[in-house]
Amino acid sequence: MHVKRTHLRRVIAPAATVAALALTLAACGGDDGTTDDTASGLSGSVLIDGSSTVGPMAEVANELFGESNPDVKVTVGESGTGGGFEKFCAGETDISTASRPIEEDEAAICEENGITFQELVIANDALTLVINPDNDWATCLTVEQLKTIWEPKAEGTITNWNQVDPSFPNEELTLFGAGTDSGTFDYFTDAINGEEGASRTDYSPTENDNNTVTGVKGSVGGLGYFGYSYYEQNSDSLTAVQVDNGDGCVAPSPETVADGTYQPLSRELYMYPSIESAADNAAAKAFTEFFAENDAEIAEAALFIALNDEQSSLLDSELADFQSAVDAV
Amino acid sequence: MTITAPPTSPPSPVDPPLLKATGEPLRERAFKWMLWFCMAVGLITLVVLITYVLIKGWGRLDSRLIQNMPSSVLPETAGAQSAITGTLWLMTFTAIWSLPTGILAAIYLEEYADPNRWYNRAIEINVLNLAAVPSIVFGILGLAFISRGLGFGPTVLTGSITLALLVLPIVVIASREAIRAVPQSIRAGSLALGATHWQTIYRQVLPAAIPGIATGAILALSRAIGEAAPLLMLGVSFVRFNPDGLMSTFTALPVQIYNWTTEARPEYTDLAAAASVVLLVLLLAMNSVAIYIRNKTQRRW
Repeated sequence: MHVKRTHLRRVIAPAATVAALALTLAACGGDDGTTDDTASGLSGSVLIDGSSTVGPMAEVANELFGESNPDVKVTVGESGTGGGFEKFCAGETDISTASRPIEEDEAAICEENGITFQELVIANDALTLVINPDNDWATCLTVEQLKTIWEPKAEGTITNWNQVDPSFPNEELTLFGAGTDSGTFDYFTDAINGEEGASRTDYSPTENDNNTVTGVKGSVGGLGYFGYSYYEQNSDSLTAVQVDNGDGCVAPSPETVADGTYQPLSRELYMYPSIESAADNAAAKAFTEFFAENDAEIAEAALFIALNDEQSSLLDSELADFQSAVDAV
Repeated sequence: MTITAPPTSPPSPVDPPLLKATGEPLRERAFKWMLWFCMAVGLITLVVLITYVLIKGWGRLDSRLIQNMPSSVLPETAGAQSAITGTLWLMTFTAIWSLPTGILAAIYLEEYADPNRWYNRAIEINVLNLAAVPSIVFGILGLAFISRGLGFGPTVLTGSITLALLVLPIVVIASREAIRAVPQSIRAGSLALGATHWQTIYRQVLPAAIPGIATGAILALSRAIGEAAPLLMLGVSFVRFNPDGLMSTFTALPVQIYNWTTEARPEYTDLAAAASVVLLVLLLAMNSVAIYIRNKTQRRW
């Protein structure tokens, strides 16, 4: 009889050891960095969710904020702009990040649930169209040409560069773009095709912009679009298309975004802190203030295009509005 | 290995062995080549993948990966500590929720349930169907009913329950196979000697089924450890602290790897490769525990 019993015991012992080891490891890790001289004494947790475009910037802010507030636990999720607002307006998160302004129906749900918020413009982005470096004909495209390429009726018919413009060579058109769930897709289709969400569907959609980088690198007739930072990191192997919105060709760059000449593809990025959570949760309020006050450094470290002077002073006044709204709760 | 016993004297060319023809027909050889080829497809893919992540991640496979937290500011100092500890927490509790539940469910279905009852057949069909449900569906379930419905939020508790539900059917199916493989004569003998139904299960059937159950459990946890989709659905993404309890938010290795592959800076894809190697090592460690258990407990009748 005992022979059999030891069989079970033999199994349970190693399994328990593994479990114990896992917990010990986790517990050891937990001690790291909790004894910091610069600790502010602030503790608690901040839940952020929203745009995957803005995500890296929130992560950088989290990191810099953590240097002086090691006891505050910040969680940054990337469910997408729409998914983020859904959680935010249900009261599940403290701050929502967005690559487009909040929509009316979303704001209505927030209001229904008694959530008020302050919109903060935190950075700029240039949606950048990229082509293969061997492509020497499409270095500047007009908005009309882009529409010809991307509009819904181009599906299945516009498949060659010479259909976009007769002077272009006979080269197959290979398209890469954002997945339909992203704010980038919404913005691009709105700016180029004139209607949010209207796009041809026979292109390679991806939530991972590095796939677009690889795809365009690999095909001479390739064309793709994504946020400026992906172009910046790959500028030696990709060419950025200059966009002609009627006033000549303009290349995407921090300068052309800041002075407003890169149109219609430059956009603003947002964060929406909840007034109610900030009033309840000192850590959430401190994080928002830290983010707004150090916006330029955060944007630079995260490779985003920083705000221009006008936008910066607007951010200051938005922050002041936020603070007085929180104090009034 | 041939089926025939080795001949006592070397066969002469004029007197071939009875069961084996001289020279294989082309069809036989072609079939064997095809089998080799099919096996090679899997193996070569695996070797290429492992070599690729090793080469790509080699430069970052050092103590930084374990000692540092993820960083979006400096790729050089970024590590995966919070993801590694998060994965360990997640796996521990996924095992705690899914293994006892799955094994007990299997015991019920094999030893107690009357297969002619409609509800037992319904359970059986549902378990089989659940095993084929895509993991993202479990993510939606976890978000709607566990994270929101029960109000647990995107915590270790929610994540581990979601993954436990995801792998439960695998545990049940594997455990049932293992229990069924125990010869009826063992049960009959035990009962004949006066043991009760429960004594027979606990002292005879379960110990004999443990090698099979362990294999199934490891298959299940191996699936769970690599899941990113349901966790992303729950809103697990980027944290710079280790979980300190069941109600702590967390990140896990697959989520962190996914996150890094979408970063613009190429240094982060190297980090993703290095973290993939860590994930593989954890997986192999889990597998070796299962092999150890199997070898320790295996017996033949």
